Amino acid sequence: MKVEHSYWHLFVAVYRKDVTLAFRQRAEIVNPLLFFLIVISLFPLAIGPEPALLGRMAAGIIWVAALLSTMLGLDKLFRDDYADGSLEQMIASPYPMSLSVLAKVAAHWTITGLPMVLMAPLFALLMNLDSQALGATILTLLIGTPLLSFIGAIGAALTVGLQKGGILMSLLVLPLYIPVLIFATSAIDTASMSVAYGGQLAILGAMLAVAIVTAPIAISSALRVSVS
Amino acid sequence: MWKWLHPYAKAERAYQLCNTLLPYFVTVTAVCIAVGWIWGLAFAPADYQQKDSYRIIFIHVPSAILSMGAYSSMAIAAIVALVWQIRNAELAVIAIAPVGAAMTAIALITGAAWGKPMWGAWWVWDARLTSELILLFLYFGVLSLYHAFEDKKSGGRAACILAIVGVINLPIIHFSVEWWNTLHQGSTITKFDTSAIDSSMLWPLLINILGFAAFVGALSLVRLKNEILQVEKHRPWVRQLVSRG
Amino acid sequence: MQVEGPNGAGKTSLLRIIAGFARADEGQICFEGQDISRDYDTFAESLLFIGHKTGVNQQLTAYENVLYWLQVHGYGADEEEIYTLLGQLGLVGLEDVPVRTLSAGQQRRVALVRLWLNKARLWILDEPFTALDKKGVALLQQQFESHLANGGAILLTTHQDLTTQFSSLKTLALEYRH
Repeated sequence: MKVEHSYWHLFVAVYRKDVTLAFRQRAEIVNPLLFFLIVISLFPLAIGPEPALLGRMAAGIIWVAALLSTMLGLDKLFRDDYADGSLEQMIASPYPMSLSVLAKVAAHWTITGLPMVLMAPLFALLMNLDSQALGATILTLLIGTPLLSFIGAIGAALTVGLQKGGILMSLLVLPLYIPVLIFATSAIDTASMSVAYGGQLAILGAMLAVAIVTAPIAISSALRVSVS
Repeated sequence: MWKWLHPYAKAERAYQLCNTLLPYFVTVTAVCIAVGWIWGLAFAPADYQQKDSYRIIFIHVPSAILSMGAYSSMAIAAIVALVWQIRNAELAVIAIAPVGAAMTAIALITGAAWGKPMWGAWWVWDARLTSELILLFLYFGVLSLYHAFEDKKSGGRAACILAIVGVINLPIIHFSVEWWNTLHQGSTITKFDTSAIDSSMLWPLLINILGFAAFVGALSLVRLKNEILQVEKHRPWVRQLVSRG
Repeated sequence: MQVEGPNGAGKTSLLRIIAGFARADEGQICFEGQDISRDYDTFAESLLFIGHKTGVNQQLTAYENVLYWLQVHGYGADEEEIYTLLGQLGLVGLEDVPVRTLSAGQQRRVALVRLWLNKARLWILDEPFTALDKKGVALLQQQFESHLANGGAILLTTHQDLTTQFSSLKTLALEYRH
């Protein structure tokens, strides 16, 4: 029994566990994606199929759908670990808890965010987005969805101990999503007018950097409160 | 800091402090709001463009400022509560939150009432109105999180964490909304330049702001007293207090 | 050290406070002269906690669960050692099925494997004998003895009578107060 402290091993172990579990129950990966797709296809039905109109609203629709489908997976993020006592073991481990949390958020993004990024061309096609805007859509989703995972995980950690935490979590988290929504959709809009949209991406990137550093601290202290 | 705060970590001392402070706050509230409103509503000159309808400023602006002020003091209390683990500071967070939410609601309602004659619509997606609305959501979040916990101790700490997360995000939200608004802004809205306000209007406004601040303080103190009594209701000093009448 | 008392006396709460999960209303918890809240991660190195909720994931297999726990606690994992131990605890042939298909006693054994695979000095165990059969209880007590012989400490709650086996046993009786 040798003791070997390695932050990297811990990160990989936690990350692998969550991703493995998700792949064993594929519904966890597939359902949010289907939800994303269905929400997007509701809009043309509700507002009419004119390509020009859809093209103008595409950025907003895709991003609102992305916000909502991220929320679906969040509720489960810590729930099983809370129920079976794994969170207690995570606290009682000699590693900093933020690191395990970081791995869990990374896994959440891999399961929910990354597939959305990969599916983006399909949505762009459905919503009649032009090719310049497609690049921006993919890039904003790539930078923005991890942010959604980080911010959302704070809400999930705060509500994990509650019986019906799901709706409350949306109430806490959605207002915090607003800046991401604003800058992401604006980047896509700007791109479709063939103007440089690096500024918006840079702001999103800066927010992501701040989130990577600060969110794990908030998440782990929220989890400690929920466990106690 | 710790030495200074430490005595007030005890519930009884904090309760006494509330009692000492409360009369001052009540007095300032009564005097300032009375003077401010009478001066502002009756004696200050009418605006050359907006006529008398601008007078709602004497309620709208103080409540808007205090909605932010209350949030910052709530966040400061939350930081104190988490860093020094002082339970009374948690209670202060819970005491301030509904008062701040009420201020935000007043600011929104008076803003809408003011918007109707000025902009021709009850609601416009103006940057300040939008940030104010989001601020209201943040208050609701803190309150409903606290009330969702059966164990109020955990609830208090969870609310503190959320308040801090909110205060970090508030500038970002505010900035992003402002920026979003300038991007989409139509020509309907004319903003005041606050520095251009005439001193005959500025003075009553300042007095009103002071009055509202004292009002928020007084309400929070009363609520804090109640929260402390609730938590400590089985302690001997509360029993003594009750039996004394 | 055995903590005993009627249901609702606060045995579990006490254990959780000592393990650092919950905060005491008053007082502080010290381990080797250090307040644990000051440097929790160092304290955690010497701590092994198994509560009511054992931290065994229902979807993963017994082997994966043990492996994960070892990695999260910074122990190097040796595949053979894990399989041997699982076998000794009567889980032969069950190492690779999801834990949710196992019986309550078997699930508890999956959690208790940790007692053979750690270097912690302080064990905090909340009702470790729950759902175990006689053989399981005997195995566990044997492991307790060897831990104590190595200079370790055990803090546990149980309704079992341990006085005959362990001469160094101390008892802390909690009373029920409204």
